[in-house]
Amino acid sequence: MQSPFTVRHQNTEDPAGSNLRRTKAEARNLSVFYRGFRAIAEVQLPVYERKITAIIGPSGCGKSTLLRAFNRMNDLVNGSRIEGQIFLDDQPVYDRNVDVVDLRRRIGMVFQRPNPFPKSTFENVAFGPRLYGATRRAELEEAVEKSLRQAALWDEVKDKLHQSALSLSGGQQQRLCIARAIAVEPEVILMDEPAAALDPISTLRIEELMHDLVKQYTIVIVTHNMQQAARVSNLTAMMMIDERRAGRVIEFDATNSIFTNPKDKRTEDYVTGRFG
Amino acid sequence: MTSGNPTASPSANTRVPWFRRVWAHGDRLYQILLLLASAAVVVLVCAVAYELWANSALSRLAFGWRFLVTTAWDPALTKTFGALPFILGTLITSAIALIVAVPLGVGTAIFLAEVSPDWLSRPLGFLAELLAAVPSVVYGLWGLFVFIPAFVRPLAKMLERGLGFLPLFDGPVYGPSRLAAGLVLAIMVFPTITAVSRDVFRAIPGGQREAAMAMGATRWEMIWKVLIPYGTSGFLGAIILGLGRALGETIAVTMVIGNNLDLTASLLHPGYTMASIIANEFTEATFDLYVHALIEIGLILFGMTLLINLVARLLIWRVSLRSRTEVRA
Amino acid sequence: MIASGRSRLRLRRSINSGMLVLTAVCTLLVVAPLLWILGYVVREGLPALSPEFFTSLPTPVGVAGGGIANALVGSLMTVGLATIIAGPIGILAGMYAASHAESPLGTAIRFSTDIISGVPSIVIGIFAYTIVVLPQRHFSAFSGAVALSFIMLPTIIRTTEEMVRLVPTSLREGALALGAAEWKTSFSVMLPAALNGLLTGVMLAVARAAGEAAPMLFTAFGNPFMNGRFDQPTATLPHLIYVYAVSPYEDWHAKAWATALVLITLVLVLNVTARLFVWWRARKIGALR
Repeated sequence: MQSPFTVRHQNTEDPAGSNLRRTKAEARNLSVFYRGFRAIAEVQLPVYERKITAIIGPSGCGKSTLLRAFNRMNDLVNGSRIEGQIFLDDQPVYDRNVDVVDLRRRIGMVFQRPNPFPKSTFENVAFGPRLYGATRRAELEEAVEKSLRQAALWDEVKDKLHQSALSLSGGQQQRLCIARAIAVEPEVILMDEPAAALDPISTLRIEELMHDLVKQYTIVIVTHNMQQAARVSNLTAMMMIDERRAGRVIEFDATNSIFTNPKDKRTEDYVTGRFG
Repeated sequence: MTSGNPTASPSANTRVPWFRRVWAHGDRLYQILLLLASAAVVVLVCAVAYELWANSALSRLAFGWRFLVTTAWDPALTKTFGALPFILGTLITSAIALIVAVPLGVGTAIFLAEVSPDWLSRPLGFLAELLAAVPSVVYGLWGLFVFIPAFVRPLAKMLERGLGFLPLFDGPVYGPSRLAAGLVLAIMVFPTITAVSRDVFRAIPGGQREAAMAMGATRWEMIWKVLIPYGTSGFLGAIILGLGRALGETIAVTMVIGNNLDLTASLLHPGYTMASIIANEFTEATFDLYVHALIEIGLILFGMTLLINLVARLLIWRVSLRSRTEVRA
Repeated sequence: MIASGRSRLRLRRSINSGMLVLTAVCTLLVVAPLLWILGYVVREGLPALSPEFFTSLPTPVGVAGGGIANALVGSLMTVGLATIIAGPIGILAGMYAASHAESPLGTAIRFSTDIISGVPSIVIGIFAYTIVVLPQRHFSAFSGAVALSFIMLPTIIRTTEEMVRLVPTSLREGALALGAAEWKTSFSVMLPAALNGLLTGVMLAVARAAGEAAPMLFTAFGNPFMNGRFDQPTATLPHLIYVYAVSPYEDWHAKAWATALVLITLVLVLNVTARLFVWWRARKIGALR
């Protein structure tokens, strides 16, 4: 009986340039309501394994709501309700048999504002492993180092692991939050405008990091920054509110198609800057 | 407008009578009033300290620092005074109050701020606040005639039977006792601890909760491993504010503690606190040294609550400071 | 991983539910005394209440009838005079603290307010004793009012400061720009806009002062008769409850409960009204924005 942190189920590597796409998660006919108001409507969106899927659109179009539906963070909002379904590995996510706590271990999340706990860098990353029962020091140290390396932060913090995480710069804090998320070995990482609060150089580092991470993880990113979506993502979903103020996915395609050859007039207006 | 020399103003087209200029349309008077009122408030604090100091001179000169560590309280024959039994009485009853009130108060704050839905936490929070509005003398009345016979006595009997071999729970069981005072105090500090801790929870940024929940923490793990460590100094502040209230509480304690100069350690015996000896003997103090000794106890009480409130404010202030630096990214 | 993970998850889930239920139990235990107290005060106090209870003076022990007219008048006098003393000072100081928040004196006011609110009421009683009773050489309603006014100050200062801060600066600047003097702006624009808030503060302060027994022990002192004079000792409601409760007489105990019912009704009505005011005001401001 091994702890989850010593074994990773490494699947076969992604054949470079292959069009082979396996659907990791999928929203089917998904609507989310807040106190009776429909925030997003009838969304269809597949999320492919080990790809970066970007969700773009004007502010208030329900991007974050859609993202938060995947790990059921919307459940925490009073009076929220969903219709339709989300599947993770073909298993329904909104189901009585699903344990939300376990689901959120499999689907990690990084937020717009870096939100490290006011503890040491080490304790921040070790937080998840501790939750899942890791107690031995060596085990924890291994998990922390591995996650920090993956988040490209190890070299910067290895000498001050036990100092407060709040003394790190904003960009470092955000990479720490990424390290904290991957320390529990999730399968999918949701990123809600992860660079919105950062300076350009830190933003660039996060984007480089995403390129590395996608070799192992499936990533969904919400961004209002179209250049960012174009730079980092493989696939892009364009969202827009309809006449009843509910967000809908109006176009979903490979990123370069969306930005060079959009099918929908509204997408074209948006990506060329004539809207929003 | 408030320049020192009004005659130096050459602006001829806005000529007003000199007295209006001097008084700046009444603003000068208004500002003086504001300053006077404000200064009065500040002076008041110093005046309290001074009066207590000056009116305890006889006792301070007669007994010096020994006053704090001696147990003699004999106004009748030797006319010697020592405050130790009362200081200990105050500390013991306050300790009982905190041991009971802290877990319950913080637990309630958790429930109100993090667990219960809004429609329930509003009225419950309101009830907890009303608890703070009940006059202390009503707590005393209820404690004396209801709480002691219905709850404290049976509890004390049980403690004596089970743990009577410890000096702390030495019999015989009286109704009014240090235990009774401690428990009534606990009820009286609930609202302070609950309200301040609830505010501390509310001051913790939502990002902390989201981060923990998104990593698959259960709600309790989020509260216990993230929110409580985050707000530690704030909760300490809440506890210390509660302690400040417990130390100085007078009437309710005087009514249920039994007012007896008992030098044993037993919680089940009647005792005295600093506040209750003042309440009980001040008007009976027949000579100046006696009065000064009682006022010196008031001075010690003032010093203790002053210190405790300062520490509490400092701690609560630190939590809000941290919330601000945390989002500096 | 699956097997141990499942059982561990179950354990974490049960701890979670167990602790959350425990917090609900805590809440019940904290709220229960309030209901217990209110229930008892009503049960014991109601039978002794009668119109005569409010209008007659105490009778000697063992003589039927008698009331608390002296304490009602005494409380009214002391709390009333205390409000007259503390109200203007508190409101002016609160306005100063609100408009000069960063200045040294503004900080000093807030600091002093915190300190005064932490001073035990018995110590404030000693203070009133040394500055009023000692020089005059007798107990008096006036000295009781002085003690109560100190107790009222922090609440009045704090609510004034908070409420004046809530008044939009545009309102103040608008009045100043029209050429109104500062004091006129304060009294004709700022104070009316913050009036509900100020009333709230005064009401909460009155509620607190009306319930204080400790500082009355050696200031107002108590008096079985009524004289309506500020230079004479007087009874007050909380002090009367204390004296009756610690007496050995059954009929005094009954009167203590009845007086407690009167006092607690008064205090709770003031508190609830004050809160309704705040709530109403918050809604009004919310509608403005």
